[in-house]
Amino acid sequence: MLKLPIYLDNNATTPMDPRVLEAMIPYFVQDFGNAASRNHPFGWKAEEAVDYAREQVAKLIGADPKEIIFTSGATEADNLGIKGVFEMYASKGNHIITATTEHKAVLDTCKHIEKLGGEVTYLPVNAEGLIDLKELEAAMKPTTILVAIMYANNEIGTLQPIKEISAIARKHGALVFTDATQAVGKIPVDVNKDGIDLMAFTGHKMYGPKGIGALYVRRKNPRVKVTAQMDGGGHERGMRSGTLNVPGIVGFGKACEICMQDMEADNKRIVKLRDKLENALLLLEEAYVNGSREHRLPHVTNISFKHVEGEGLLMGFNKNIALSSGSACTSASLEPSYVLKALGLGDDLAHSSLRFGLSRFTTEEEIDYTVKAISETVIKLREMSPLWEMYKEGIDLNTIEWAAH
Amino acid sequence: MAGSTFSIELFLNFQIKIMAYSEKVIDHYQNPKNVGTLDKSSKNVGTGLVGAPECGDVMRLQIEVDDATGVITDAKFKTFGCGSAIASSSLATEWLKGKSVDEALKVDNMDFVEELNLPPVKIHCSVLAEDAIKAAINDYRVKNGLEAIKFEESVVH
Repeated sequence: MLKLPIYLDNNATTPMDPRVLEAMIPYFVQDFGNAASRNHPFGWKAEEAVDYAREQVAKLIGADPKEIIFTSGATEADNLGIKGVFEMYASKGNHIITATTEHKAVLDTCKHIEKLGGEVTYLPVNAEGLIDLKELEAAMKPTTILVAIMYANNEIGTLQPIKEISAIARKHGALVFTDATQAVGKIPVDVNKDGIDLMAFTGHKMYGPKGIGALYVRRKNPRVKVTAQMDGGGHERGMRSGTLNVPGIVGFGKACEICMQDMEADNKRIVKLRDKLENALLLLEEAYVNGSREHRLPHVTNISFKHVEGEGLLMGFNKNIALSSGSACTSASLEPSYVLKALGLGDDLAHSSLRFGLSRFTTEEEIDYTVKAISETVIKLREMSPLWEMYKEGIDLNTIEWAAH
Repeated sequence: MAGSTFSIELFLNFQIKIMAYSEKVIDHYQNPKNVGTLDKSSKNVGTGLVGAPECGDVMRLQIEVDDATGVITDAKFKTFGCGSAIASSSLATEWLKGKSVDEALKVDNMDFVEELNLPPVKIHCSVLAEDAIKAAINDYRVKNGLEAIKFEESVVH
């Protein structure tokens, strides 16, 4: 039986796996101890749970447990990783290279660093959402301390060539940071194979709880250090003070373990559903996939339906299907998604986009329902779209002088 | 504790007001009135095309005017935009039919805000609807040898 509403906004957050909840429950009431309480059984139990979870998390990314610094989520890990390196390596240089399609948690952190006197290069991306490795190489300077490029984009799912990026960074003696929030748990990520020095990721994008994430910090070849951004009890090897969120950490660990075990089977199924959804929606006239279709997360697609506005489109079915749009009619600026604009998409196409994120819980029935609902709404809205009428009459919309608005 | 519960309720109400469309907006969106196209080359038809694809809103509003009486006998719209933009233009066509051109000039953007219960972030949709009415009337006037009326720039854009 099809259950409504359908959730296809898994890049925003994923539902928690019931197996994760089960693992967490004892650590709220029964085993509530503080993992830093070294001298009684309550503390020991909590510490033991954290140690075990740290191993589960480390294993998923091919790291050593000592290299995992728990944070409140990926935003904090982004801040700690980038600001922490900027402060720690100040004597070496002040230049950071990033990309225009990064998440705001990285872009705004970089802007903050510019205010502090740092220098930041924002690499553009091509129509597929990929940075140009030659441009990265050309941007490297003797003062470059960090290359911060995301593993997978949150809006279009494009995968950056992290291995090649890290090879270039290493050659020039810079560290590599990657925001892997959308990738870890979804595709194989190995910090050693990929040459990653610092990596941010989070529990709630991989069927774990919200409010818990991690920063991976390399300990060997090279040994990396970050300056703490929060002062206190010196938890997490002094890099992140604050009482550990034990149930969250336990859940995060369990989520990592399940992802590791189920990833391959999940992806085989999810990629088929994603392709079915995408191919069916592309049967509509003037529908385009945004970003690379080749270098992409298996559960993501971002499609523009020309001459239909995204928020209006969502309204046609958002009681029954949860999705997000690159159009931002509700924001004061009326600016559409900066990621889609960075691909070189016109504002009109960016305003016409929908982002789909499937999960391990997505069913074929849900995909069939979604295809039908979206197709019908697109057709209905085009019938009342003046742009669609002009397009059908062969009028070039670029030749019209639009009133300033 | 009572105090905190109260503020959570306030917060939720606020969220609902911000995020949810009013029933009237939903009704116009689901059953839009007067979608379509009038013959724009006809002397009796005035066409207003406002907004821009880059802004995510384009409204085209058309009126058909009876020469003898100056009464708007038909109105049609097509809109590219969010639900509030579609609802505002649908409502505009309903209001215009049967009104004289002079009466139509008095329709104000705040009339849309009140009738459709538009939240602050959607006020630009109502402004666009008012602009579309004025643009359609001016198109009709110019076609019939009258001077275009100069309107003050709307404040909220």
